[in-house]
Amino acid sequence: MRLPCPICGERDRREFYYQGAAVMLERPAPDAGEDAWDEYLHLRDNSPGDLDELWSHDAGCGAWLKVTRNVSTHEIRSVILAREVRQ
Amino acid sequence: MRFSGLKVLAEGLIGNKGWGPHWRSPEPKSEYDIVLIGGGGHGLATAHYLAKVHGLTNIAVLEKGYLGGGNVGRNTTIVRANYMLPGNSEFYSHSLKLWEGLEEDLNYNVMHSQRGIINLVHSDGQRDAFVRRANMMCGQGDDGAMLDRKGVEKLLPFLDFEQTRFPIYGGLYHKRGGTARHDAVAWGFARSASDRGVDLIQQCEVRGIDVVNGVVKGVQTTKGPIRAKKVGMVAAGRSSQVAAMAGLRLPIESHVLQAFVTEGLKPCLDHVVTYGMGHFYISQSDKGGLVFGGDLDMYASYAARGNLPLVEHVAEAAMTLMPVIGKARMLRSWGGIMDMSPDGSFIIDKTDIKGLFVNTGWCYGGFKATPASGHTFAHLLATGNPHPTTVRHRLDRFRTGRGIMDEEATGSQHNLH
Repeated sequence: MRLPCPICGERDRREFYYQGAAVMLERPAPDAGEDAWDEYLHLRDNSPGDLDELWSHDAGCGAWLKVTRNVSTHEIRSVILAREVRQ
Repeated sequence: MRFSGLKVLAEGLIGNKGWGPHWRSPEPKSEYDIVLIGGGGHGLATAHYLAKVHGLTNIAVLEKGYLGGGNVGRNTTIVRANYMLPGNSEFYSHSLKLWEGLEEDLNYNVMHSQRGIINLVHSDGQRDAFVRRANMMCGQGDDGAMLDRKGVEKLLPFLDFEQTRFPIYGGLYHKRGGTARHDAVAWGFARSASDRGVDLIQQCEVRGIDVVNGVVKGVQTTKGPIRAKKVGMVAAGRSSQVAAMAGLRLPIESHVLQAFVTEGLKPCLDHVVTYGMGHFYISQSDKGGLVFGGDLDMYASYAARGNLPLVEHVAEAAMTLMPVIGKARMLRSWGGIMDMSPDGSFIIDKTDIKGLFVNTGWCYGGFKATPASGHTFAHLLATGNPHPTTVRHRLDRFRTGRGIMDEEATGSQHNLH
């Protein structure tokens, strides 16, 4: 599997660190309550289709990427910089 | 039909014409007391213990594909009880004891082989951690002994002890650990459950779970609706999709784990050896193939096949540890879909829906748990109360933060366990 990094271009999967589902971009407030934190830390849709996830280009530019990938076929749908999601 | 040495001998004389199918293949009835979703090792074991221990036989096991076609047929067959944390410790201890009586219990040869597991030590820190673990294992009533380098050399003379990256200083020896014939485990449980009256329905996919006013009423399947008083979800890597049919979200991510086997070789490896520094473990099957595996591919995946970088990583670890197998040809590789939980420990519990129960989160350690998973899940389904060895394996431990069992202390990131 190769991931197209918006900064470096298409690179081997081994250059990237996998964080997990992109729910991490929406960190709840500290006092948001048990349920919000449970959603954020633990609960996942975990469907076999497309998944938004976070990868870090560790061995390249170091950018955090939001990758949309099909978890059954490993087809990459889109890759954007995580900081652009925040804006 | 009972298996015995005499029967094998007699069948040998008449050309093996007297053997029948090991289980019935009935059509589903319109209603059962208990429906189990998933005809893998854990589902079939649950059916066996429901029938044998609790005398409940009005049960159906619904399997989308064929019996034992999931992770119970796709693992590295290791059986051990070397866990440490309260909860896991007593559960896996319980499981190993069930394994030790399983063949008599099932009247089926599951080829359980207590050949011993050796976890190699490569540093003083690792030795300290393993001494602690060995003490905990003895404390839980199982066995664990420390080997020095000479002790490992005696058992495994072919390892590369002086490798530059991780020289071998010793090992943790778990003598009652070993392997079992994975398919036979599924078949043995299936046969026993079927003989006791449980209906095993293959090629029957569950498409919906009927819930009315918070109470489960049955399931919709490709073979029509089936009413049920209780429903148990035992779907491993597909757990989230099954639970979603009841409107539940689980704390599970599905990841792929690869395993490999070489061509058949003469007996050369008498134990199970784990090489933690290289994420590598290996044993030899009774057919002679070296069976080995490594770590997760590390990204979420429902593809029951893995990626090449991990193949390379595992092959490198193999060559670092045992250069002697360098010329063995790799015959097959495969991947299983792992139900990874946020703390690396499993879940056997009720859900918020009355009559709906869940068994999931086995990460990549579900095979050794098969008998105890079935035994304790059956206890929960039959009595409504958790078995003493699974009281800590609650579904709500993540929400409340009470009773997290994080063996490797990696925090709540599913793929790191």
